[in-house]
Amino acid sequence: MKRKKTLALLLSAAISSLLLVGCSDSDEASSGSSNADTEIKFMHLWPEGSSKKHYDVVNDIIADYEAENEGVKIDLEVLSNEQYKDKLRVLSTSKELPDVGLTWAAGFLEPYVGGNMFAPLDDVIESELSDAFVPGTAEAYALDDVTYGLPLELNIVSIYYNEKMFKDNGIEVPETYEELLEASKAFREEGIQPIALGNRDSWTGSMWYMYLADRIGGADTLNKAIDRSGSFEDPALIEAAAEVQNLVDSGAFVDGFNGLADEEAKSMFMSEQAPMYMIATWDLPNFTTNEDVPQEFRDSVKYMNFPTVDGQGDMNSFVGGPGVGLFVAEDSDVKEEAKDFSAYFVKEWGEKAVEEAGVIPATKVDAASMDLPQMYIDILEELNQASNITMFADVQLSPEVATVHLDAIQALFGNEMTPEEFAKAHEDALSK
Amino acid sequence: MGLNVMNKVMSNKLYIAFYIAPAFILLMVLIFIPLLLSGYYGLMDWDGIGEKTFIGLDNYIEGIQDKLFWNSALHSFLLALFSALSLIIYLAVSIILASKIKGADLLRKIYLIPMLLSSVAIAQLWVKVYNPSNGILNSFLRTIGVENPPSWLADPSLVLFAIFVPILWQYAGFYILIYYAALKNIPESLIEAARIDGATPFQIAMRIKLPLIKEIVSVTIVLAIVGSLKYFDLIYVMTAGGPNGASEVMASYMYKLAFSSYNFGYGSAIGFLLLIITLIVTLIIRKVTETKEKLEY
Repeated sequence: MKRKKTLALLLSAAISSLLLVGCSDSDEASSGSSNADTEIKFMHLWPEGSSKKHYDVVNDIIADYEAENEGVKIDLEVLSNEQYKDKLRVLSTSKELPDVGLTWAAGFLEPYVGGNMFAPLDDVIESELSDAFVPGTAEAYALDDVTYGLPLELNIVSIYYNEKMFKDNGIEVPETYEELLEASKAFREEGIQPIALGNRDSWTGSMWYMYLADRIGGADTLNKAIDRSGSFEDPALIEAAAEVQNLVDSGAFVDGFNGLADEEAKSMFMSEQAPMYMIATWDLPNFTTNEDVPQEFRDSVKYMNFPTVDGQGDMNSFVGGPGVGLFVAEDSDVKEEAKDFSAYFVKEWGEKAVEEAGVIPATKVDAASMDLPQMYIDILEELNQASNITMFADVQLSPEVATVHLDAIQALFGNEMTPEEFAKAHEDALSK
Repeated sequence: MGLNVMNKVMSNKLYIAFYIAPAFILLMVLIFIPLLLSGYYGLMDWDGIGEKTFIGLDNYIEGIQDKLFWNSALHSFLLALFSALSLIIYLAVSIILASKIKGADLLRKIYLIPMLLSSVAIAQLWVKVYNPSNGILNSFLRTIGVENPPSWLADPSLVLFAIFVPILWQYAGFYILIYYAALKNIPESLIEAARIDGATPFQIAMRIKLPLIKEIVSVTIVLAIVGSLKYFDLIYVMTAGGPNGASEVMASYMYKLAFSSYNFGYGSAIGFLLLIITLIVTLIIRKVTETKEKLEY
């Protein structure tokens, strides 16, 4: 007993001395940096606690950049997603945005660009990053042909399925939409809920609608409806909305999906309660490398591109879109240095992000030269062959219309709205 | 002597100002100035980031004509109604607890537990209870033979009431605590006298205890109703007002406008309307429950 106590004492002494050393170290570091000529403030949303791998990749890149550029110090601030959004908004009203930070594409950008907060980055792309991005990604950060963001991530949506559950129940993996309906019915007969969907977060339901619209009406119909050269009352879009309700009525989705969050739906898929789940590539680590997920489950997860509907549609057309990208603040005191840093960051990010954090980057990478799980290689290959990527509707639409869209999606899935009313709700919101 | 010094200090206006200042400044900075500001932002067309454009009362007029707003207001008033009605149950429970039954102390503590949990934890707990496939509630319903138990949070006709349950549960302990303390304050001699005169426990409760804590009851009614009208937390976490606005209340609607639609001006106007509605309702309740005679034990 006594010995235990001494041990504990010793241990705590050791720990506190370590702490002291740690303190003195950081003291030195900060006093050294005060001599730096330039300080670039950088804010990101991958805290060490919840996104350790992202956090490490960022720190690596910063360390490399500081080593290569003497006299430049990157001043880092890290917040989690929601706090990040809040803080960005608050900082923007007091004109104190960080020199470099993360932004989302399209609709999210609008108010910031409207308020002259973000610097145009076309010069950076032309001089340092020409041909670096997957086509269509940088464009997502452009308003009136001026680009305000350098995309870092790219996500495409696929249907992930549990091959083992299909085999165990003697059900064929569907290759067409009609077979998908059949398979869903077969699972229902086995007492299994077929497709995990958490439509309380109605951007997930929106992805189903978008894919149906894409397969039925072709890649352009929905985009045109959004940019107002077309209409949501286009027969193909009405048909897509009707098809959503057909899916719902045939019992394809899990019970009570309108009250479930995406996380709950995901956990149903991951605990093998539902054999299918539509999600974007940000969840790939859960199906490949994440050690916290049972190996057996990861081995049985496969993916399929959204199938053709009634023989129509191009299976290489995807729903997806860039995730976050870098912006440079318009009224930054070190704008040129900030631009230089962001270009460097984007170049370094691609391979590191996919290898170490499992992020599908928005920059072109050479998958063959890297050591990646097969599913990553396949998906990167799909991206090379992609004929089109339609950006998430709720990102593409302005925030106000996006809210209407997301509510209407819940109503459509809940059979509270007819496809015609669904179309009209969008037309009304867009014509405001 | 001490009293003398006290009087001297209190007669000096400078001292009075000095003592009042901290609370006054805090209230002004944290409550009253933001209130006025939100009223002012309500006059603007503003996305919360860019330039503000003055548009007069347009936002307020739009708010008054906004069906979605009145729909959410209806839900808020329903919650207020249920909160007020549930006070009757809490009162009954407190009367029983206060009448020296065995284990009253323990029960009182148990009732208080939900008060100690954070709203988000309660929300997560009840989201799990209501889970249509794996939740306790539906598992239980299935075992007693209900074949297709409802999807509580997904069904537009049920979701509002499904959320009311945890909200009422959350505050039960708080009101029971208040009533219990008030009932314990009633002098034992009054009850004793009534009992000797042959009053039944029910009569004692209705004719003696209730009138004596009338003041407290009217305060709790105001608290319950005002608290319900501006209620936000559980609804935001459990359904975010969905599906399709079926559980939207005034505060969650305001939040949605300001932070999801980036319509800060309109959101502020709705916030200000919420304030006005709450103020009017408070005044009405105070008027209705006003007690003329001052009670003395």
